[in-house]
Amino acid sequence: MNLTLHVWRQPDAGSAGRLERYEARGVSPDMSFLEMLDVVNEGLIEKGEAPIAFDHDCREGICGSCGVMINGVAHGPMAGTATCQLHMRSFRDGDEIVVEPWRARAFPVLRDLVVDRSPLDRIIEAGGFISIATGNAPDAHAILVPKQDADSAMDAAQCIGCGACVAACPNASAMLFTAAKVSHLGVLPQGQPERDRRALGMIAQMDLEGFGGCTNYGECTEACPKGISLETIARMNRDFRVASLRARPESAAAAGAP
Amino acid sequence: MSIELKSNVPAGPLAEKWDRHKFDLKLVNPANKRKHTILVVGSGLAGGSAAATLGELGYNVHCFCYQDSPRRAHSIAAQGGINAAKNYPNDGDSVWRLFYDTVKGGDFRAREANVYRLAQVSVNIIDQCVAQGVPFAREYGGLLANRSFGGAQVSRTFYARGQTGQQLLLGAYSALERQVAAGTVQMHTRTEMLDLIVVDGQARGIVTRDMVSGAVETWFGDAVVLGTGGYGNVFYLSTNAKGCNVSATYRAYKRGAAFANPCFTQIHPTCIPVAGEHQSKLTLMSESLRNDGRVWVPKQKGDTRAPGDIPDAERDYYLERKYPSFGNLAPRDISSRSAKEVCDEGRGVGPGGRGVYLDFADAIARLGEDTIRERYGNLFEMYQRITDEDPYKVPMRIYPAVHYTMGGLWVDYNLMGTIPGLFVIGEANFSDHGANRLGASALMQGLADGYFVLPYTIGNYIATHKLAKVDASHPESRAVVAQVNERMRRLLAVNGTRTVDSFHRELGKLLWEHCGMARNAEGLRTALARIPELRAEFWKDVKVLGTGEELNQSLEKAGRVADFMEFAELMCRDALVREESCGGHFRTEYQTSDGEAKRDDERFAHVAAWEYTGDDSPPVRHVEPLTYENVQLATRSYK
Repeated sequence: MNLTLHVWRQPDAGSAGRLERYEARGVSPDMSFLEMLDVVNEGLIEKGEAPIAFDHDCREGICGSCGVMINGVAHGPMAGTATCQLHMRSFRDGDEIVVEPWRARAFPVLRDLVVDRSPLDRIIEAGGFISIATGNAPDAHAILVPKQDADSAMDAAQCIGCGACVAACPNASAMLFTAAKVSHLGVLPQGQPERDRRALGMIAQMDLEGFGGCTNYGECTEACPKGISLETIARMNRDFRVASLRARPESAAAAGAP
Repeated sequence: MSIELKSNVPAGPLAEKWDRHKFDLKLVNPANKRKHTILVVGSGLAGGSAAATLGELGYNVHCFCYQDSPRRAHSIAAQGGINAAKNYPNDGDSVWRLFYDTVKGGDFRAREANVYRLAQVSVNIIDQCVAQGVPFAREYGGLLANRSFGGAQVSRTFYARGQTGQQLLLGAYSALERQVAAGTVQMHTRTEMLDLIVVDGQARGIVTRDMVSGAVETWFGDAVVLGTGGYGNVFYLSTNAKGCNVSATYRAYKRGAAFANPCFTQIHPTCIPVAGEHQSKLTLMSESLRNDGRVWVPKQKGDTRAPGDIPDAERDYYLERKYPSFGNLAPRDISSRSAKEVCDEGRGVGPGGRGVYLDFADAIARLGEDTIRERYGNLFEMYQRITDEDPYKVPMRIYPAVHYTMGGLWVDYNLMGTIPGLFVIGEANFSDHGANRLGASALMQGLADGYFVLPYTIGNYIATHKLAKVDASHPESRAVVAQVNERMRRLLAVNGTRTVDSFHRELGKLLWEHCGMARNAEGLRTALARIPELRAEFWKDVKVLGTGEELNQSLEKAGRVADFMEFAELMCRDALVREESCGGHFRTEYQTSDGEAKRDDERFAHVAAWEYTGDDSPPVRHVEPLTYENVQLATRSYK
């Protein structure tokens, strides 16, 4: 296959960027999208031009490093698929493909297709955990978890933190990402003691990072390579409201306790 | 300075060693812990769990990873599960049995006391992970589900669908982020370690490069912990993430840390076969699939019929035939080699004849498609996405690929390398898997080291060493930084004609050919002659564009490949000297008449640890004898 690419090139966060045109020749349908970019990059380097920078690592759809807008769609045309697992058989000979980085105020472009997703880590820091220090755990069988709860926790826990939900959302909201973690921990018995704090803390951080609000477009779940469901957002909204109603200022001593 | 390999295994009966040792270890006063800085490189299961736990204990921790978030370390890709001697299924498991299986699975090339400790703490890992909210698979009664996994005759593997590594890593990551929020851990993402700073014989700091700005920085502490994973990417094509590299451990080796058993690499039997020259990595299909899938090839050479058209009588279920008691669950090294054999005989399937079938038709007929979907749904999807074939209807095609490296920096019982203050955990060390790792044991080891072993032993080191303050003005630090900068300058200055990847691919092919699934002296000598030539070509002809002061992915790769170019030689050298076949190291000269590995316990029941002596002089091979007081060295038999 021969393809024409229009790729976002931007030398660094402070510079302006623009779309550049590249011809990708002799592309095999068995290549992944990133392997196609590899081949383009090899050609660029040989010509003495800077290769296209893009994030990637495991290339098996689980690390969440990769992700670009392909013709305006996060992770491209195949549903439930991260960019690294998208294969060129999804395209046709002669196609023109526009490749851009995630677009969101909270994700500044670092170079070309690479963006800064550290706000997602800070949302987790704000409560996406169960406070249990190493060695404190009771026997694993001391906590019974109904299978359906374990399964629904797992459904939400599959989030790979790629940021496609943010990129796909017209509001650049991180609700699906945040809700996936709130749901994962919130349906498990282990997660109950901190359920209120978690919802309040993570949502506050999400707002602080400059992500937009959720207005139920549902673009996020469509773009999600792991099929995280909108139900998680409903669950988080409920947790947030309940927590807001129940919220009492913590005593100074309690707030400072480890 | 010559290296002394003192294992520091405590005295006493095997089952009591760790408990006694924990009591003998000196403690650091809780009020003083925050005054001690620990540098943890890597944020996978080992590094992430260690950084979190050390932070919880109150140390001042800096954790570094090359990815943009610690959640992306390659532990995340582990699929199948994690072993633990819980014996919940009541099927005869015990700490002793897990210990024995691991020693035997490693073909008696691991240190007994370390492995026993691993089996002991395995039970704590499951408790810890459940408490963190890891959504392990459950039975309807609410209890944890277990399954049997690659080479084990008991069901001791805990799992979270086909994403166990992901869930365990996210557990460690959440613990880590909790400590980041608490201020005990400072996380440095997109930061790559480029060298180790050794002062007065002790590991005191590291040199890093900020992968966004290019800034070269130094960090200092009381101890350095490397949880930087394995070196499988030396083969270019492997199941590792693209960024996985040997640089941190290899740089440490060049600063005086002994590198143990570099030739012990594991070839995983169930990966998706190579599709073409553009292939950038190989994708593993969890070997849990072998619980229900049957491996076969046509009996007839060059049989090109579609798999469904080949009647049962004309199929060779070669693992079931050769290993009736383990069948499709034979250990990884044996399964991989058997696949290579049938393909070498011309009975391989798929393009290029480098593949065997993994067939679920019988399991689907027996259990129904829904059960199979529940167990392996995501793996089947992944397979279909990559190959465009539906494994519910057509058997999967699989072929072995480089997956894990048992070798690594040599460590003692305290997980400390030959440089005092340098601790090495997880896949980066050599200690627990001998010459072959059993399935679902990597996650176990990574978390055992990080959660339950290192936090104790590192405290002893800190409590018993009074360290002078060191900072960037120290001559040793300046010297190392100058060397790091000079090396980058040289890489950028070559401005030759070939890309970094083209060199890496060539190196990988050479190693796969001569130091892969089967090795022999002639091939290894060929590789040893060719590697220095290739390395010289690399430094003369590589083309790295741009500068060091920007986000420059070619420069990152070039630095890693330059290390692989040197490391490859060490690997072949180690493989050449080890004149026996054991585990993942199969020397064709040393096999029985029916093609099984022939170990040589007289000459090689030891760890080989290599000492760097300079770029122009050969490394020195040191030996740590392995003594087995509790198990009898037996010939591995899975028949």
